[in-house]
Amino acid sequence: MANDPLEHGGPLPGTGLPHDDPVAATGPARDDPRAGTALPHEDLVTRAASAAPGESGEGRRPRTGALEQDPHPAPRTGTALGAPAVRREGREKVTGNARYAAEYPVPGRVHAWPVPAAVARGRVTGVDTSAALALPGVLAVLTPGDAPRLGGTDDATLAVLQNRHVPHRGWCVALAVAETLEAARAAARAVRVDYATEHHDVVLRPDHPDAYEPGKGAQPGRLEHGDPYGAYAAADVRLDTEYRVPPLHNHPMEPHASTAHWDGDRLTVYTSSQGSTTVQSVLAGLFDLPEEHVTVVAEHVGGGFGSKGTPRPDVVLAAMAARHTGRPVTVAYPRRYMPTAVGHRAPTLHRLRLGATTDGHLTAVLHEVTTHTSHVRKYVEHAAVPSRVMYTAPHLLSSHRVVPLDVPSPSWMRAPGEAPGMYALESAVDELAGALGVDPIELRIRNEPEREPGSGKPFSSRHLAECLRESARRFGWDRRDPRPRSRTEGPLLIGTGVAAATYPVLIRPSTATAQALPDGTFLIRVNAADIGTGARTVLAQVAADALGAPLDRVRTEVGRSDLPPASLAGDSSGTASWGWAVHEACAALTARLAEHPGPLPAEGLLVRSDTAGRADADSPYARHAFGAHFAEVAVDTVTGEVRARRMLGVYAAGRILNARTARSQFVGGMIMGLGMALTEGSTMDAPFGDFTEADLASYHVPAHADVPGIEADWIEEDDPHLNPMGSKGIGEIGIVGTAAALGNAVHHATGIRFRTLPLTPDRILTGLLPQR
Amino acid sequence: MTCEKPLDPHSEITLRVNGNPHTLLVDHRRVLLDLLREDLGLTGSKKGCDHGQCGACTVLVDGRRVNGCLLLAVTLDGSEVTTIEGLGGDGEEPHPLQRAFLERDAFQCGYCTPGQICSAVGMIAEAAAGHPSHVTDPAEPSGRPVPLDGAEIRERLSGNLCRCGAYPRIVEAVEEVTG
Repeated sequence: MANDPLEHGGPLPGTGLPHDDPVAATGPARDDPRAGTALPHEDLVTRAASAAPGESGEGRRPRTGALEQDPHPAPRTGTALGAPAVRREGREKVTGNARYAAEYPVPGRVHAWPVPAAVARGRVTGVDTSAALALPGVLAVLTPGDAPRLGGTDDATLAVLQNRHVPHRGWCVALAVAETLEAARAAARAVRVDYATEHHDVVLRPDHPDAYEPGKGAQPGRLEHGDPYGAYAAADVRLDTEYRVPPLHNHPMEPHASTAHWDGDRLTVYTSSQGSTTVQSVLAGLFDLPEEHVTVVAEHVGGGFGSKGTPRPDVVLAAMAARHTGRPVTVAYPRRYMPTAVGHRAPTLHRLRLGATTDGHLTAVLHEVTTHTSHVRKYVEHAAVPSRVMYTAPHLLSSHRVVPLDVPSPSWMRAPGEAPGMYALESAVDELAGALGVDPIELRIRNEPEREPGSGKPFSSRHLAECLRESARRFGWDRRDPRPRSRTEGPLLIGTGVAAATYPVLIRPSTATAQALPDGTFLIRVNAADIGTGARTVLAQVAADALGAPLDRVRTEVGRSDLPPASLAGDSSGTASWGWAVHEACAALTARLAEHPGPLPAEGLLVRSDTAGRADADSPYARHAFGAHFAEVAVDTVTGEVRARRMLGVYAAGRILNARTARSQFVGGMIMGLGMALTEGSTMDAPFGDFTEADLASYHVPAHADVPGIEADWIEEDDPHLNPMGSKGIGEIGIVGTAAALGNAVHHATGIRFRTLPLTPDRILTGLLPQR
Repeated sequence: MTCEKPLDPHSEITLRVNGNPHTLLVDHRRVLLDLLREDLGLTGSKKGCDHGQCGACTVLVDGRRVNGCLLLAVTLDGSEVTTIEGLGGDGEEPHPLQRAFLERDAFQCGYCTPGQICSAVGMIAEAAAGHPSHVTDPAEPSGRPVPLDGAEIRERLSGNLCRCGAYPRIVEAVEEVTG
């Protein structure tokens, strides 16, 4: 049964993967990125026909006549790259055999349950553990007074149970350890904690006296070109508007969980992480161990969306409790505790001022963002950054102000910065289009920059206009009546909207090994993390192409810290970073094999690669993926409910390496954007200092019934300035701009501009009331 | 008569899981999900929220889909439980839904997948038995099998959350099996 994925989907050597043409790669393996060898914009090939949803997963994209002019022909489909290879771990996942962090049968394993702080700020004055310890099956209660002391860390959110200070509600103040889950939970509840409470402040407002402008972190906090205030004041047409994005929660389906056990001074943890190389080094620092004494396994990870990008308290608590009790310990965070323990998307208050000429050319863009951080660890949601990338603006201000509050520490959530920032910017552009009477697609295209506005660098490739035009054609934009509130169906108001998307190309150094074995197979090792992206699969495709070997001869091992160190699955950087290292190892191995006479030795031939210094080298180009989102909504004037009817995303993201898994990532990002637009929102409750929507009943992530027909597709883009595969990251761009497209559609439907997310019935009805 | 010691909070139950009988002394607080995962090592059923809000723990009890995290195990004496590990039956042959999920890429991280598949099995049986849903045409006579179009599938699977956003492909996979 050659086409049976279940028969052949396993990761063992010699198994075939369906839908792959097991044909050796044609053409030479690519070398380093060919910086400077081609002009941007010249290699675009737009796919002429849209595939029906059922066919689209096959991803065979005929290229058109422009192919002949392509000076850098990529390997054709038919090689491994780009093919819609089936996930290698898929069979394990659909049969329930894939093991996640809390599921390893470590003999003697016990459970721990955290005790969250019940005040928003203060000091622990006493922890009475006697009632808890008297319960059957309880082994220990770790407290700030007696928990193992930790070594150094740059991340203060991991310094748990080290002192009596309570920086926010939900901070871990004790940990109960017991033989069973039930006993651990009961013990945690029986721990009595006394506090000296202090006044807390959790309310974000733009005029907060503690607001400060962050310096240069990953991004400069403030960027100013020209005379933005003067240009804005002098503009023919001015738009001055504000948007609010509430705190958002990542809520991966697998809660943060870790199982730790010690063997003498060697620590092994099974943890749910987007990067176990980092977990290894952080644990080594915290527990004062040589890194080689720490083994971190993250074989299957039930989603992360940023919240597992670096270690979270679960892995530290598990290792502490295991050392304290001498037993293997699992800590699995209860869902309700996650919002305060694992990070959240910080709320952002946006002020957007756009100045334009009457014919729709932007003269000034001012995007000012106020956001919060905790007192534990500084984090800036860089939501004003998209204005440095998107549109021509001779006079530009893009700035952030951060207010430290007594709130849980915010952290990365899918497209940090871009997701809320593009909601605001793309909503404002839509408002400006309405004010000018210009089509919003045309307005965007009119303001396409020659160079990146923020940096002045040329783009390595930028096909936003092509994405907008292609998706407009497929969406039927030309049939749209641009007048707001022009289409009704009984009590429903129907509208359509558009927004652009962008996400930067980020690449980090990684290492990998490629090994040729005497049986003709190849083994690729790299400590990538497969958080649902299909890393095992796409890295095998990268390797097969570079080796000129059939895909079914290539085995990949990922998700263990004893594999060659590699960067995290985050920033949409994973495949580019790991793939570069895999490609290099395989290219070098191919060269070695060509020189090797006769049969291979029993251990085979092994080559190691390290892309440090090159993968992370500064590029002379501004490198970003772009895309366009279209949405149609129905707004119920009786209930206030907004329902998405159809959504389309078209992206230009370099070379798409696996058509099947890429489509899933794009669509998944769009669905998270749908949640951001319509249902997801958390509230920092001022008196208690806690998130009121802390569980999955109150924080509504999209469910099946919320999700309409969604299509995602891409235009082929050949960008020689990226990495050997020619790929841009695709994990996050799907969420960027989606909320704006939906919000713009709601405006088109209702004639009312709602500027606070999410667009829940209470807000919609309130907005509609004056019109009744 | 005085009660000298607290009531023993454990009871013995017998239940069949994936066709195999198990007799266990269970803590009265133990839910079916933890019995499966901790006592029987059947970790295919996932714990996403432990509060019946996400559906990752969906299994079949006497043929009906349930949230394993909401059922106290002690109440299940004599029950027949089917989990993702048992869907394929005795042989190695996978269930058609498992095959369709794989072929359609109807998952990413995989954590909600066993629950989605078990829920779909139960849902298909409910529709076949004539159970209407919120989106079933009220004019249809009750008790007749309900055809499962996309809207019916989406409505009936809405208790199973997927944060990766595999929903469109999940619906396609279910349609492939039911259609």
